[in-house]
Amino acid sequence: MNIDFDFLADTLLKLLAALPVTLGLLVSSLIAGGLLALVIVAMRLSPLWPLNRLASGYLLLFRGSPLLIQMFLVYYGVAQFQAIRESFLWPLLRAPFSCAVLSLALCTAAYTAEIIRGGLQAVPHGEIEAALSCGMSRFTLLRRIVGPIALRYALPSYSTEVVLLAKSTALASLVTVWDMTGVAQQIIQKTYRTMEVFLCAAAIYLVLNFLIVRALAWLEAKLSPHTRARRSTAAEPTRAVSSRESNELQAGLTRSEPISDSDL
Amino acid sequence: MNLYRILGFGTQGWGTVLLLATLLTVSLTLTALAVGAVIGAMVAAAKLSSRRSVRIVGEAYTTIFRGAPELLIIYLFYFGSSNAVTAVARLFGAEGFISVPAFAVGAIAVGVISGAYQAEVYRAAVLAVPPGEIEAARAIGMSLSMVWRRVLIPQVVCYALPGIGNVWQLSLKDSALISVTGLAELMRTSQIATGSTHQYFTFYVAGGALYILLTSVSNRIFNHAETRVGRSFRQTFARQ
Repeated sequence: MNIDFDFLADTLLKLLAALPVTLGLLVSSLIAGGLLALVIVAMRLSPLWPLNRLASGYLLLFRGSPLLIQMFLVYYGVAQFQAIRESFLWPLLRAPFSCAVLSLALCTAAYTAEIIRGGLQAVPHGEIEAALSCGMSRFTLLRRIVGPIALRYALPSYSTEVVLLAKSTALASLVTVWDMTGVAQQIIQKTYRTMEVFLCAAAIYLVLNFLIVRALAWLEAKLSPHTRARRSTAAEPTRAVSSRESNELQAGLTRSEPISDSDL
Repeated sequence: MNLYRILGFGTQGWGTVLLLATLLTVSLTLTALAVGAVIGAMVAAAKLSSRRSVRIVGEAYTTIFRGAPELLIIYLFYFGSSNAVTAVARLFGAEGFISVPAFAVGAIAVGVISGAYQAEVYRAAVLAVPPGEIEAARAIGMSLSMVWRRVLIPQVVCYALPGIGNVWQLSLKDSALISVTGLAELMRTSQIATGSTHQYFTFYVAGGALYILLTSVSNRIFNHAETRVGRSFRQTFARQ
């Protein structure tokens, strides 16, 4: 079997031209979904039972059914009603792109809300008590203590959710958005070379997801400098070196690194 | 009542068809889960292997099948499997194009995806088994196969149960994507119903409601199973 590199390069370029559409879907649904998720979490954690129940119902609806059926419901289903076709929302609900973003955002909001809730509930109780006993107001408590800690706890699961969302944007091709998967199908209809085109598309998605995971891992490491082991102490247990070598290593470290502020 | 008639079980209604499609979705997902369990166990074993090359193969599998969109993987299997089967059949002298049944393609495609997720679940479950138990079992003279059968597997199944519940929910939702191959499972049947009645909203809501019914019922079942399994974990030495 010989590989047609010209065709592969050509396909890759054509698919990369559709990458902005995929990224546009991803970023706009992430922003909209993230904002909606904050509202849902606030409702979910509210002591008022109607708000609480409403949020639970939302989570059940959007986490319990497949995204594809939600997307079709938004794109095809809502148009069944005359009232919506005459309302000011119609230009938004008529366009495939905004429908795809809307359904992706509604779906990811449900999953993100649960992730944020998990992060908030993982904040140690002692930290909240300490902050309150220092006389912090509820808002300062949220901004200074609960928010940053919850964000750090939530980031690993959130990166999984972003990857899932990036993969879900492929479904937008089924409601006639020309994203990467849609363009891949277009190329296949012209050339009938199914495997090569789909493998190219899959490779681009893989690289995209790899970059997302790396970027969020970097952010997580950046936000939690206190959990990083100090270099001088970390050298000892992780490395199996002979005692002479380790002594040299330590001596080297103490020479090159004067005592920093954080050590005092 | 119009709504009652089209969703009902009469000759004009889609009720029976939708329920049969729901059954098809359940059997498709169960088959996919079984396929995924076999693949997942093998990939988990590869990822836990002491040989680096084997580990890399396992890592590559989970990275690819968790990183590429499900829709693309299903397309690849749908178009790729028929081509592959035809090519293999041609080697044995068969002629013409052989298409693979949509159910098999769907079950294998979703199974391959769920296998990648199940591998992670099994790997974590194996690592959760205290190494002391294995050592103790070896120390009293159990053979390796007996350690697997009596000590490792029972605990791995218990630890893996919550994760398998999640994978089941994922696969159930992935199975809706099989509708692109034309297999008349729940999603595809809802689509056909909307096409023939032009009641788009009604039938997508009906289909969605059936999916929610499936996910919440299976959630109950898994919760029940987890509490049952949890019972054996809480039983301590001191209590007996």
